[in-house]
Amino acid sequence: MTAPSVPTAAPAPRARAAIAARTLRTDNWRKEPTITAAVLLSFVAYATWAAFKNADYYKPPYLSPFYSPCMASICGHARAGATVVHPPMVGLFGPWWAISPAIIVLIIPLGFRFTCYYYRKAYYRSIWRSPAACAVQEPHARYRGESKFPLIIQNAHRWFFYLGLLLNGILTYDAVEAFHFPSGWGHAGFGTLMLVVNAVLLWAYSLSCHACRHIIGGRLKHFSRHPVRFRLWGIVSKWNARHMEIAWVSLVFVALTDLYVRLVASGWVTDPRFF
Amino acid sequence: MSRELLLRIWRGDASGGDLVDFVVPVEEGEVVLDAVHKTQALHAGDLAVRWNFKAGKCGSCSAEINGHPRLMCMTRLSSLPSGPVTITPLRTFPVIRDLVTDVSFNYEKARQVPAFSPRPEQPVAPFIMYQQDVERSQEFRKCIECWLCQDVCHVIRDHEENKPHYSGPRFFIRWAELDMHPNDGLDRKEALQDTQGLGYCNVTKCCTEVCPEGIKITDNAIIPMKERVVDAKYDPLVRFARRRLRRARGTASSATSQGPGHG
Repeated sequence: MTAPSVPTAAPAPRARAAIAARTLRTDNWRKEPTITAAVLLSFVAYATWAAFKNADYYKPPYLSPFYSPCMASICGHARAGATVVHPPMVGLFGPWWAISPAIIVLIIPLGFRFTCYYYRKAYYRSIWRSPAACAVQEPHARYRGESKFPLIIQNAHRWFFYLGLLLNGILTYDAVEAFHFPSGWGHAGFGTLMLVVNAVLLWAYSLSCHACRHIIGGRLKHFSRHPVRFRLWGIVSKWNARHMEIAWVSLVFVALTDLYVRLVASGWVTDPRFF
Repeated sequence: MSRELLLRIWRGDASGGDLVDFVVPVEEGEVVLDAVHKTQALHAGDLAVRWNFKAGKCGSCSAEINGHPRLMCMTRLSSLPSGPVTITPLRTFPVIRDLVTDVSFNYEKARQVPAFSPRPEQPVAPFIMYQQDVERSQEFRKCIECWLCQDVCHVIRDHEENKPHYSGPRFFIRWAELDMHPNDGLDRKEALQDTQGLGYCNVTKCCTEVCPEGIKITDNAIIPMKERVVDAKYDPLVRFARRRLRRARGTASSATSQGPGHG
């Protein structure tokens, strides 16, 4: 019997199909990343302008969410003569802090959103084009993703989540304070409504996030041994499925809330009082 | 109602190839695989295509239809825009001939998944797995291994050099399925991050978009595994709680070791 012939050298690695086109998609795949990039960059531009403006962010009892908690002593100057004093952390940064106090606090919501799993998808696709759309070749020669510095920093999302919850608490306090007009408690204007809706949306955004879903129950190995957490996990999972929509709505609304407070504070708009 | 359809099918092998036009008659309700079979019958008897039973469950007939990774047997011609239909082989894998690719990369990665390992403290009585624990991994068991998620994943689709250290979405759900099993005793998180390239995934969800079984690969497997890695390595509160727990356990065990009457 003849022994079967054995190849003397390993076969050369096979090549992929020779297709030069970057993609063969015929649909309008550029539309979604273009819209996403436009909205994201518009928000970044507005937030940067509003954060550095350092004026028109407070009109009793409304405080812009971009400037809350106002932790620099210059916030106190901004509110001289106001009968309502809030929030409670005014003056944590002394007179040496000369630039806008928004810079101190904005790092938290921006860090939370920057490291958010949904926004990662949004800007990786729309701005970094890695990839711009599925089955569309990305333009980068090398790719290491989030395995190495700098993008390994995305793992700080959990830190920002905890800090974001604290911030939500403070913004909820602001929303309650929005019923506290110089004439006393129990009044509400259109700004009150804006601040309340803003706080609700920010809680919805935080509680529907993937980190929250994981902490509530995702980290468990035995759902059956933790019926309460399993039930909560089920609720958060339902919200999590809508995380993208909530992320967009809350992002736009927080900018609208700042804009409204700004318009009222600068005298462009008179706040309609409901009661 | 019968009509003529222009198919542009990639034909060739590892040495080269190109799109070739074929016109075939198609009927209402037919899928792309039907049109490919007609091409074989009418024009190109030697056209290579991998398929099995046209029910969307064997995962054999994966290809790229108008640039989208899809199953040919589950893509109705009526769902495609009018005009020519382009069919190419999976771009991420080496081509063997025409629409058939060599997907052995995936079987190499499959061999690297550590098998299910029951906890050593397994009680004598049979382990009972409750429905809510079963359901969690049941989603991942729907995978038909069509490799569309592997094909669309840009980490290896656009960067061949990442293949040695990146498993891909299909295997992330396999690792997740085992890690989420209530009775699995292995700690797979760090191995998944360090040796299988979990950190390379940037959660752009293309794998989820192309999955014909509707598995939420990114939301239910990849992100939860990334979060488990965060638990192990990056979460300040979890680390603090673990340290406290370890200290408490140490105190308890030292109290126990002093004999009865001390704890």
